[in-house]
Amino acid sequence: MNSTLLLLIPLLPLFSFLVLGMFGRKYIGSFSGIIGTLSLAVSAGISLLTAYNYFFGFGKSGDAYTTVIPFQISWLKLSETLSINMGILLDPISVMMIVVVTFVSLMVHIFSLGYMKGEERYATYYSFLSLFTFSMLGLVLATNIFQTYIFWELVGVSSFLLIGYYYNKPSAVAAAKKAFIVTRFADLGFLIGILVLSYYSQTLDFVTMIERLTVTTSPFAQSASTAGFLGISALTWGLTLVFIGGAGKSAMFPLHIWLPDAMEGPTPVSALIHAATMVVAGVYLVARLFPVFSISCPSALSIVAYTGALSSLFAALIACTQTDIKRVLAYSTMSQIGYMMFALGVSGYGGESGLGYTASMFHLFTHAMFKALLFLGAGTVIHYVHSNEMKDMGGLRSKLPVTHITFLVACLAIAGLPPFSGFFSKEEILLAAFHSNPLIYYVALVTAGITAFYMFRLYFSIFWNKTYDDHGHAHHGEGPASMLFPLSVLGVLALSAGWIPFGEYISSDGKALVSEMHPGFSVLPVSLSLAGIVLAFVFYKSVSNYPDRISSALGSVFRTIRSKFYIDEIYLFITKKIIFNLIGRPAAWFDRNIVDGLMNTFGAAAQVFSFSISGIQSGRVQNYAAYFLSGVIGLALLFIYIWIH
Amino acid sequence: MNQIGLTHFLILSTSLFFIGVYGFLTRRNLIVMLMSVELLLNSVNINFLAFNKYLYPGKMDGIFFSIFIITIAAAEAAVAIAIIINLYRRHKSIDVEDAEALKD
Repeated sequence: MNSTLLLLIPLLPLFSFLVLGMFGRKYIGSFSGIIGTLSLAVSAGISLLTAYNYFFGFGKSGDAYTTVIPFQISWLKLSETLSINMGILLDPISVMMIVVVTFVSLMVHIFSLGYMKGEERYATYYSFLSLFTFSMLGLVLATNIFQTYIFWELVGVSSFLLIGYYYNKPSAVAAAKKAFIVTRFADLGFLIGILVLSYYSQTLDFVTMIERLTVTTSPFAQSASTAGFLGISALTWGLTLVFIGGAGKSAMFPLHIWLPDAMEGPTPVSALIHAATMVVAGVYLVARLFPVFSISCPSALSIVAYTGALSSLFAALIACTQTDIKRVLAYSTMSQIGYMMFALGVSGYGGESGLGYTASMFHLFTHAMFKALLFLGAGTVIHYVHSNEMKDMGGLRSKLPVTHITFLVACLAIAGLPPFSGFFSKEEILLAAFHSNPLIYYVALVTAGITAFYMFRLYFSIFWNKTYDDHGHAHHGEGPASMLFPLSVLGVLALSAGWIPFGEYISSDGKALVSEMHPGFSVLPVSLSLAGIVLAFVFYKSVSNYPDRISSALGSVFRTIRSKFYIDEIYLFITKKIIFNLIGRPAAWFDRNIVDGLMNTFGAAAQVFSFSISGIQSGRVQNYAAYFLSGVIGLALLFIYIWIH
Repeated sequence: MNQIGLTHFLILSTSLFFIGVYGFLTRRNLIVMLMSVELLLNSVNINFLAFNKYLYPGKMDGIFFSIFIITIAAAEAAVAIAIIINLYRRHKSIDVEDAEALKD
């Protein structure tokens, strides 16, 4: 595979970022959307070609897919053996990810042509989108854990810029700051994790690091598992800290608080960044280091599993109570990422036991399709209604026919009904959990039922329920073709993406994994999902007082869930009351009085002293000459004195 | 001590030098100060020539230096007089007390 062509995949978005960022607003204007979309279309084309060539050509050696590094440069050489490289790493998951990233990004670019039309900062929007796509591609293609970290931060920055796109809206600014600070805080863990892992494996390179840490007899793995802190081995610490970074980006409990607020950004951005690509970076990171997790450190992997399971149930419960449609989708994203996380967590390495790994990547793929579709559909609805609130919607099915059909497809997919894509990936995840951890299996099963309920609550509230009242003013249509085209494409994929025999291409050890469908096993989850849908149908198909009766019957439980379990309040309490008062205020006092005071004293002393001697500077040539002369005489006397003695 | 030796020259040049220093430090008139500077330079010239003659009679270095100094003194005088003329145009005086702008 030609490495120049491969380099174009990330560099084209970078190029359009630079061009649109520098010249967009002034010179290119409304044409900048076309430029961004075209460059990304080329990039997506090359990605598809690469995927084809990899899976059906150069990637396979023998019966397993191997890791290929077609391009690598040494970016920063720290010592003879340790260097930070920049390069392109191709293996099944990175190839799958570049296809997902470029494809969803392309759909979002096309959708935005219509959705963002007429915005004042249209060119800036497209340049930020390109920056994000570039960073995300750099992240997934990284050969080196430090390269991952660099692009990881770049992704965070572009997410910050896009959440705060409506910068004159205080809530958007606050959300952007929140997202940045929370993920940055988690990234501190990631950085320390990188340092721990690279210290013990003596390398930053992914392939070498995995090789050194998975052979348990090697000196590297020995030293990493014997050295410890607080009774936990260094390897567990390193991997857990890396996972904290991943949990921050992937909005896992308790670092999820930024994701619902991030919905302040434009809706296509939510589809791209906060549903399909960036938020799965944490899952991708765990998958990237999966052999180390699985072979050398099962305890860190069980942390991944329980965090994922807890997050998925937790988010699903909250999603049932939210009324902002984007927030419902945000919590459902968090819940589905929890699925991917615990699928990795329950997986073993190699062969049949690696089913969880395959399932997780499969779900990542199908989720990217149907969740991007849900968000873009929500975008069309918001575009039409000019509101995010469910109560302003209802009865939109005749006004928005394309959106209605595609949204329904996506809801069926996420609910996991056959033959939609989500069914296949979710079934695999449940199967993997069933075989290794019954507790997680039952949590996942309950979550699957709740998922179906809240997704159809959303669906019925938007498209059925009451008849739509447009308040008398005539409306524009559903939207331009640029908005309906991505919906249709993603709709087809949300329907059919599950038919790909994923196990043949992506598995924990690279060998084909033939997963069989067990019709008997599927009965329980599917019937639970159906029950959820029926419940939602009864509650929300038409206006009824069931929801109110249930919520008042649940009382304080309902209020707790609706307030998102008061996690935001707990964070505020910890930061404002404890950290600010006990650490911030004393530090500020110390800074203002001791540090500044010392400096001010020095300054004042210097000022007083210089005023007192400023008279010497009289401006009279003869005085200066006299000083000069006395200086010379003084020096002469000194030298004579030294010479004599 | 009936012949003129090195010491005589040194006494002469030292006296000239300090006369020059005294003049430079005490006179107000810029032209007189300039003349004092010339005295300083010429005292150095005398030193160079005297040492050349009495210590290294076969060499020419001292003579070359004095020629250099004479040249530089001429150039310096030209520059200094230009400055003095400009000061005069500005302040209508060539009193050094009136040229205090150096402190700013």
